[in-house]
Amino acid sequence: MSSSDQSVTAPRPEQPQAQRRQTIAKSMAEAIAQEMAANPAVLVMGEDVGKLGGVFGTTGGLLDSFGPDRVRDTPISETGFIGAAVGMAAAGMRPVVELMFVDFFGVCMDAIYNLAAKQSYFSGGRVACPMVLMTSVGGGYGDAGQHSQCLYATFGHLPGMKVVIPSNAHDAKGLMIAAIRDDNPVIFMFHKALQGMGWLGTVPGSITHVPEKDYAIPIGKAAICRTGEDITLVGLGATVHQALAAARKLEAKGHSAEVIDLRTIAPLDRETIIASARRTGRLLVVDDDYLSYGVGAEIITSVCEAALGDLKCAPVRIAHPDIPIPFSPVLEHFVLPSAEKVEAAALAMLGDTN
Amino acid sequence: MNANENPRLWMYHHMVKSRHFEERIKPAYFEGKSPVFNMAKGPLPGEMHLSDGQEPCAVGVCAHLRPDDSVTATHRPHHVAIAKGVDLNAMAAEIFGKKSGLSGGRGGHMHLFDPDVNFCCSGIIGQGLGPAVGAALAAKMRGSDAIAVAYLGEGAVNQGAFHEAANLAAVWKAPVIFVIEDNAYGISVAKSQCTAVARNSDRAAAYAMPGHHVEGNCPDAIHAVAEMAIARARSGQGPSLIEIETTRLEGHFMGDAEGYRPAGEVERLKALDPIPRYRARLEADGFEASELDRQERLAREAVDAAFDHARTADYPEPEEAFDHVFV
Repeated sequence: MSSSDQSVTAPRPEQPQAQRRQTIAKSMAEAIAQEMAANPAVLVMGEDVGKLGGVFGTTGGLLDSFGPDRVRDTPISETGFIGAAVGMAAAGMRPVVELMFVDFFGVCMDAIYNLAAKQSYFSGGRVACPMVLMTSVGGGYGDAGQHSQCLYATFGHLPGMKVVIPSNAHDAKGLMIAAIRDDNPVIFMFHKALQGMGWLGTVPGSITHVPEKDYAIPIGKAAICRTGEDITLVGLGATVHQALAAARKLEAKGHSAEVIDLRTIAPLDRETIIASARRTGRLLVVDDDYLSYGVGAEIITSVCEAALGDLKCAPVRIAHPDIPIPFSPVLEHFVLPSAEKVEAAALAMLGDTN
Repeated sequence: MNANENPRLWMYHHMVKSRHFEERIKPAYFEGKSPVFNMAKGPLPGEMHLSDGQEPCAVGVCAHLRPDDSVTATHRPHHVAIAKGVDLNAMAAEIFGKKSGLSGGRGGHMHLFDPDVNFCCSGIIGQGLGPAVGAALAAKMRGSDAIAVAYLGEGAVNQGAFHEAANLAAVWKAPVIFVIEDNAYGISVAKSQCTAVARNSDRAAAYAMPGHHVEGNCPDAIHAVAEMAIARARSGQGPSLIEIETTRLEGHFMGDAEGYRPAGEVERLKALDPIPRYRARLEADGFEASELDRQERLAREAVDAAFDHARTADYPEPEEAFDHVFV
């Protein structure tokens, strides 16, 4: 990946001479630490968040800085501790809880979608739920179908929660700070392929300059991370990097692709997507969640409802097919989206058959 | 009236208030639902779970609680809400789906939130327990001696959520009391058919917490046990579990034909109605009948005023459905 793509965010931050390059994992932990230092109501709960610092590095160093009262290793009891987080949030605390893999939501979803997500509504806005649920998503490393899912659409579908998905370390820090400061439940989905753990391959573009100071990235606002004229490529999390890689290949073939990083899927920044699709006339959505009823379907429908007449060809979605995620690398990489699939689909949409 | 100064009179007053609340619901619920029962019809659509017979569980515990103590209740919440001090007018209006309801008609009878007294309930079995542990932990972390009480039915103890919350509370010494209202039925299924132990209070041992079992559905007995458990929680010694043998005098929900009950059971239970029994006990202990009459009248008047308000209050504008998804 070329160096120009290594700070994937927009508006692109000022690039200082001495870059402070960091992984998403480090940036999440830094964001939480800064908010914990600033606000005694912030605390962290989850499995292995203490001495281990989070299986995916999200809480590294927090136990040493803030102690076991505010950095709580929980029993393997997601219903219990996520439910407890809802009660703490109602009482004015700001819990950040970790669901180690999003695939585990099946054991605790009631606390998330029936309690956290409805606390405001059922109280007529009188009881807030300022909690963050951070959870790892994504496959591509051979962990098979109970530890590799994305489930973006599952969470994006259910009202009452905000859902953010960073593609890079800069955004991860800003989105985490925004999530902790939000008075509503925020699901923070971090992709394992981007996380920057030594034992797990990491897409280089996810490691970016991260300012030391605290900053918030607005929830609900997408980023145009590459401008273009001929086609709009929409990605989230890991697929942003696939879209960017495809855009570079397309550029070499004379096509100008715009790349949008959703950053948030609930609320969805339809305005930015529709404006881009109107301008380029072509829309390709890349998503590693299941295809049907998914993020791609929602985006394409939104664009068609608003701007069908501006489209030069039918919109296309690339996603994981409607099958469980298989184990064997031969099977898994066959079904996962990739830069090559994005490029091929884009060329077909552009009518480039060379 | 202050529950500390005269707890027995306070408990009697609130039992009567709760029962009268349910009595006012009954005819209103069937408006529009006869001759053909259709749950969607009338001024009170949807499921309706009444608490007749279970009032002692509410007053015996809540008599000890302060507004800053939290309570999470169940799908059968009215008696507990009233004992916790939820605003009667706003509660009745909520149940009628009115704009002046607790949530402006967004929640209805199974989803009552009153942050002024830290009360909430959830329609999903066992799911209020985690939030109660969280509320208790929040109080503890702030250095407050406030506590939390989680109500659940005897059937909910078979949910994983109970075991997770109980263990979590014990591990973290959270000041929370788990109050099991054993009304002998999970909808239609008898406790003996689905619960491996005769007493769920025995399960407290699995979480290294005291387990109390209270028979007789008597407010005084519940009050005494709750006093111990709450004192323990307030002094930082951690959670307790109380199982109360109580009676569900109505069906699981209104319209329940109750064919699963043995013949004569309802009549036998109604003969044990805790409210007249408690009145007799109070009179035997020297309470003036005139004072008990006065408390009954005051309780009924408050409920009647709440229903008058609820019946005449405005419905929300339909577009208000879109408000408060987020704060």
